[in-house]
Amino acid sequence: MPGSLKEEFVKGLWKELPPFRLVLGLCPTLAVTKAADTGLGMGIAATFVLVFSNLIVSMLRNVIPSKVRIACYIVVIATFVVITELVMQAFTYPLYQQLGIFIPLIVVNCIILGRAEAFAGKNGPMLSAADGLGIGIGFTVSLTFLGAIRELFGNGTVFKQAIMGAGYEPFTFMVEAPGAFVCLGLLLGMMNIVEAVRTR
Amino acid sequence: MEFFELAISAIFISNILLIQYLGNCPFLGVSKKMDTAVGMSGAVIFVMTLAAIVTYLVHHHVLVPYKLAYLQTIVFILVIASLVQFIEMFLKKTIPPLYRSLGIFLPLITTNCAVMGVALINIKKEYDFIQMLVFSITSGIGFSIALILFAGIREKFETARIPVSYQGTAIGLVTAGLMALAFFGVKGLV
Repeated sequence: MPGSLKEEFVKGLWKELPPFRLVLGLCPTLAVTKAADTGLGMGIAATFVLVFSNLIVSMLRNVIPSKVRIACYIVVIATFVVITELVMQAFTYPLYQQLGIFIPLIVVNCIILGRAEAFAGKNGPMLSAADGLGIGIGFTVSLTFLGAIRELFGNGTVFKQAIMGAGYEPFTFMVEAPGAFVCLGLLLGMMNIVEAVRTR
Repeated sequence: MEFFELAISAIFISNILLIQYLGNCPFLGVSKKMDTAVGMSGAVIFVMTLAAIVTYLVHHHVLVPYKLAYLQTIVFILVIASLVQFIEMFLKKTIPPLYRSLGIFLPLITTNCAVMGVALINIKKEYDFIQMLVFSITSGIGFSIALILFAGIREKFETARIPVSYQGTAIGLVTAGLMALAFFGVKGLV
């Protein structure tokens, strides 16, 4: 049952917050959160794709035959990913290089295809755009937060500003691959604790 | 020797799942039981190798000569999606037993970023054809080793006492982190 515009927007911020509440789109989450700024960049790129693919899929939902819908959704998503890729190449080249293959891989990000399938294919364009924006902002906040934590412990900085004192010995484990998994796992558990306390 | 190094590095040192962070959704999704993990591994090795060969040929013989390299993302995803569909139909007609064991995993593979990731890495690193072949097969093997090991560990969770909030994905991610640490141990090998 679709709610109001505001409800659809707000649910992405806690109730269906990716990647914590919906465990989807883990690859970019783990890979680009070495630092807060790459996490933020990835989040914004994914939000852009999510909002516009949701909008277009929703507008075309009565035209697309249901048997080939997944292929059609992928084409729509891929189009916006290419737009993002080219824009980033032109205007934010250093960020584009840092994110590397994870920009084209937004195409196979399960969050975006998941929203197209679960929401935009069934609801009107305005609601779908609100849903995309909410989920996208939730994703951006999560990535930035995770990036900030890993950068803080792994490097002693957040957004390249020194936070820990000069005597801080960087805990490099956090910026390497194992730290990504452990950090996300621990945060996920903490979210579950918060949720359990909230609903009690 | 060069191929041996490439293989070892793709399987262990830069393991596609644990070190390069590709294909994590199926990694957490299908690792609850050993037999599904084995089935998924077989399907991934098979599709990854075929998809890498096809995308490599398409890139070097269609996109580059016609100066269409900027369409790489769209073309690759379409090639992979249609290839998966084709493999599914082909297996169903010709080798039904194999289809029964791999069939349900095939549609999932379209959105497995490891397949697309390997195709993109092949182009990015400018491998020649043989290197591309070695890299794709061994990446698939690396994926399988990590997935099967993880499924084995995960089966033990059923008897372990895990705090309620950490059950399921949370403890799975922490375990994956520790496995990644173990894979880090072989870093000095090549």
